[in-house]
Amino acid sequence: MSSVKMLSYIKRDTPVHNLCGVTKLVVFLAWTIVCMLSYDTRVLLVTLCFSLIIFKLARIRWREVRFVLAFIGFFLLLNDVAIYIFSPEEGVNIYGTRHVLFQFSSRYTVTKEQLFYLFNVTLKYLTVVPVALLFLITTDPSEFAASLSGIGITYRISYAVSITLRYIADIQNDFHNISQAQQARGVDLSKNVSLKKRISGIASIAVPLIFSSLERIDLISNAMDLRGFGKHKIRTWYSARPFKTADYIVLAGMVLFVLVGLYVTFHDGERFFNPFVP
Amino acid sequence: MKLNTRTIVAIGIGAAVFLVLNRFVSIPSGIPNTTINTAYAFLAFLAVLFGPIAGALVGFIDHALTDATAYGSIWWSWVIVSAFVGAIIGLAWKRIDIEKGIFGGKEILTFNIYQIVANAVGWGLLAPVLDIIIYAEPSDKVFLQGAVAGLANIVTIAVIGTIFLAIYAKTRTKTGSLSKES
Repeated sequence: MSSVKMLSYIKRDTPVHNLCGVTKLVVFLAWTIVCMLSYDTRVLLVTLCFSLIIFKLARIRWREVRFVLAFIGFFLLLNDVAIYIFSPEEGVNIYGTRHVLFQFSSRYTVTKEQLFYLFNVTLKYLTVVPVALLFLITTDPSEFAASLSGIGITYRISYAVSITLRYIADIQNDFHNISQAQQARGVDLSKNVSLKKRISGIASIAVPLIFSSLERIDLISNAMDLRGFGKHKIRTWYSARPFKTADYIVLAGMVLFVLVGLYVTFHDGERFFNPFVP
Repeated sequence: MKLNTRTIVAIGIGAAVFLVLNRFVSIPSGIPNTTINTAYAFLAFLAVLFGPIAGALVGFIDHALTDATAYGSIWWSWVIVSAFVGAIIGLAWKRIDIEKGIFGGKEILTFNIYQIVANAVGWGLLAPVLDIIIYAEPSDKVFLQGAVAGLANIVTIAVIGTIFLAIYAKTRTKTGSLSKES
């Protein structure tokens, strides 16, 4: 169970790592918003190229992200197959033309439009991945809360996120202890026992975990209250970094990128890029 | 709106517990690739304990973090739905006085009505519509996906969420639970 991998911060000294957390958060959000709004193949392809360049710049190694990429590749393949099964002519509806390449049956045709549509769906999902990975791997968790409050989110909520990031490891430890203790007492969660037994087994692990966490909530909130948390309207962050020239350049570039991306996508009043119309 | 310290900590710790439950505590249901997930039952539990704002934030933070750490990407459409479901179930917080240890037939019914409505609207309607708007996916597919996810969550919350709340209620001291010895 402990072999489950999670993505996390990897400390390095690169231009991407050295950017202010606020900059990275803003870029990440703007990037995902453009990728969500646009369905323009050209915009998505350029975005993907850009993100791969930044990937190189941040010196992230292939083996550090390989497992996630395999996972997401599999997921996207499955998603494409599901779309095809449910709606083999979705592309025809979207692009308005019909170029049949060949057909399996009268319902399951293979059209150029459908292939192009599936390519776009995959691309759209894929474009966000490198940026999200970059953001996760290059942002120090303790700086992340500072960044959240930097973009205008109230520090109370930023602090909640910071607590989450801080306590995931502790709670995971608790979970392993409880789970092993219960397994030693004969709780079985495998497929060998009935569903009813499995549910009660899960409850016997989840309940102690939840109640110990509720105690933790009281403990931590008392400690915070005693230290006067929430007295003032704002608070400062130890790990906050000041803006540097690089940050201004990146932000300006991002604004330009968003404007151009949205203009190219929407200038003809359509979010799809249609190569089939002559 | 001022969040008090206890709610803030509850959101933080709650999100961490959700993440761990989501990652490790799931039961293979017998259908391939489909697991019964306790995490949403926990979200419902937390929402009843701490209210709609905590419910929404835990749903939001968690879904975003789970997506990001597992897939390296965030599906905002489903993240928004998780926040919505947390918020709606959280509305039951005013109607169920769990801190007084009261969780009988009436409260179980209230809790389940809220969670069924929240999941049905969230996964059955909001998630597919957002998927169509953002990703232009075929409507049959996303509605089926939503329905399956919603139904799975409703059943999990109805069984495991109710158990969590009932156990929690037992640990609270009821008012007037002491009787005078004769």
